[in-house]
Amino acid sequence: MSALPPAAAGSAAHTGGYVADPRIRWQEWLPWVLAVAAFFGAPDYLSLGARILIFILFALSLDLILGYAGIITLGHSAFFGVGAYVAGILGAKLGVTDPLVQLAAAAAAAGVLGVVTGAIILRTTGLTLLMLTLAITLVFLEIANKATSITGGADGLAGVVVAPVLGLFRFDLYGKTAYLYSLAVLFVGWWLVRRLIYSPFGASLTGIRENAVRMHAVGAPVYARMVAVYAISATLAGIAGALLTQTHQFVGLNVLGLEPSGELLIMLILGGVGRIYGAFVGPFVYLIAQDYLAKQFPEYWYFGIGLILVLVVLFARGGILGIVDAALARLRRPSA
Amino acid sequence: MEAFLSSLVSVAFHGLAYGMILYVISVGLAVTMGLMGFANLAHGVFAMAGGYILTSSLQHTSIPFPAALALAFFAVAAGSVVLERTLYARLYGAGELEQVLFTIGLIFMAVAVARLIFGTLQAPVMLPDYIRGQYPLFGREFPTYRVFLIAVSGAMIAALWFGVERTRWGAMVRAAVDNRPMAQSVGINTRRLFTLTFALGSGLAGLGGALGAEIVAVQPTYPLEQLVFYLIVVAVGGQGSLRGPLVAALLIGFSDTALKYWLPQFGAFFIYVATIALLLWRPMGLFGRRV
Repeated sequence: MSALPPAAAGSAAHTGGYVADPRIRWQEWLPWVLAVAAFFGAPDYLSLGARILIFILFALSLDLILGYAGIITLGHSAFFGVGAYVAGILGAKLGVTDPLVQLAAAAAAAGVLGVVTGAIILRTTGLTLLMLTLAITLVFLEIANKATSITGGADGLAGVVVAPVLGLFRFDLYGKTAYLYSLAVLFVGWWLVRRLIYSPFGASLTGIRENAVRMHAVGAPVYARMVAVYAISATLAGIAGALLTQTHQFVGLNVLGLEPSGELLIMLILGGVGRIYGAFVGPFVYLIAQDYLAKQFPEYWYFGIGLILVLVVLFARGGILGIVDAALARLRRPSA
Repeated sequence: MEAFLSSLVSVAFHGLAYGMILYVISVGLAVTMGLMGFANLAHGVFAMAGGYILTSSLQHTSIPFPAALALAFFAVAAGSVVLERTLYARLYGAGELEQVLFTIGLIFMAVAVARLIFGTLQAPVMLPDYIRGQYPLFGREFPTYRVFLIAVSGAMIAALWFGVERTRWGAMVRAAVDNRPMAQSVGINTRRLFTLTFALGSGLAGLGGALGAEIVAVQPTYPLEQLVFYLIVVAVGGQGSLRGPLVAALLIGFSDTALKYWLPQFGAFFIYVATIALLLWRPMGLFGRRV
């Protein structure tokens, strides 16, 4: 719990909350301006760009339960993976090729899974909860690995057919459609998450994170709120997974298990947990660094992310945005 | 019938060997969780280190096998003290999220270091001749190394239990697990006690990793792949207990071996499902203390 930056440090922190001003500040348009600029300015990097957008959505969904509700999970990839495989199986095996239908089906599947598993596991805490979240994603990894006739097993599921979006925009080789499509979905997801966080519901989540016993005492339905946010988060993660499948026209085992969950945690922590834009900065920095470094120096890359994680935990618990906040505060102090 | 009985004995034997190794490795984690409430996901790193110490000392030096085992134990214990004093100790009061992230970071670093030094291939285990081959027992033939492994693990477990139940150090550990502030206030130096216990637990993990190098392949991804089994052992067995994790480890040993033998097409699926069911039935584990 103490991982979180000091409660809503000034208006620049965008940690949300019921008492905060819910109007969208001008800084909050920056990521979108940047994203559109990147579309025109860096046409060679659009597939990487789409990947970043998808992981931002995935990280947003984790931030909702980890950063705001304080639920620690090693198994968030379960929902991402289920969404990815639902979209993949629909497109490759069942002939359902409309991307929005695939997206809706993936969201529904992940959401239902979120309700069911959330209702079961959120009664536990601590190591047991960690263990259960991990076990659930591993169950799905085993299913995906062994049910080869449906999922393709270790080879993955290739040849996922995705029809043009709205019947108009065909997925092209350069990733233009994939990029704009992901951007549009992310925008909707961001808007939803932002609304949630600035609502009374979001405030009650922060309350549960800070002190669940006291929330019980003031009469908040703690368990129901946690299951609800877990299901919402699962739905968003499922949508992110489906996007990944659609933009790659492929789904493999690497969307399930401990490693994608761990990587996602690293991205979110790197950006700053418990704040909306931490989920934007983290995947952006991480995936670009990965694109440059991971293939050239795989050993050093893993060592580097491990080291960064340790350093962030020991010295910079607010992540990159926490460092930016601290620097801004220091700049402002002399003048004030 | 005869064939089935024979395979049953074989599964039970191999399951016992795997379960014992799993227990020797993860008992340290159970005690650490109970004593300091520290979620050390990087526990597998110690086991991997032990495995590499054994395999490389057998491969590159001429030190005898028992000495290599002892080296694995003491070197890992010593290394863990350094880590504990410099890094882990900073996070005792911290939240669970920090501990989880910090230890995941350690895993990534260890995986990278292991890849850099030893490459991605599985480290070969060059056993001395006297523990190879088959060993006759009750009119049947058993692999000598597994018999040796069960005997050594059994001896270690007996020594550990004797230590915890019958010695002054054990009494202090039990007191600190039950109620740390109280133990501290009657004059037990819980910080030093913890360092010592952490070293012992890590040393055992190193020893377990070394002993089990032939069963569980020693490779850089070891700490990631084995993590889930340690977590199951501790969560199902109950934190801070010695008995519970043994039961859980043996259950995993038997069921994993049996499933691999009879139902390989399902992989570890049933183990995970059984774990989920068990933890729903008893969230604090089989022998966990009600909090």
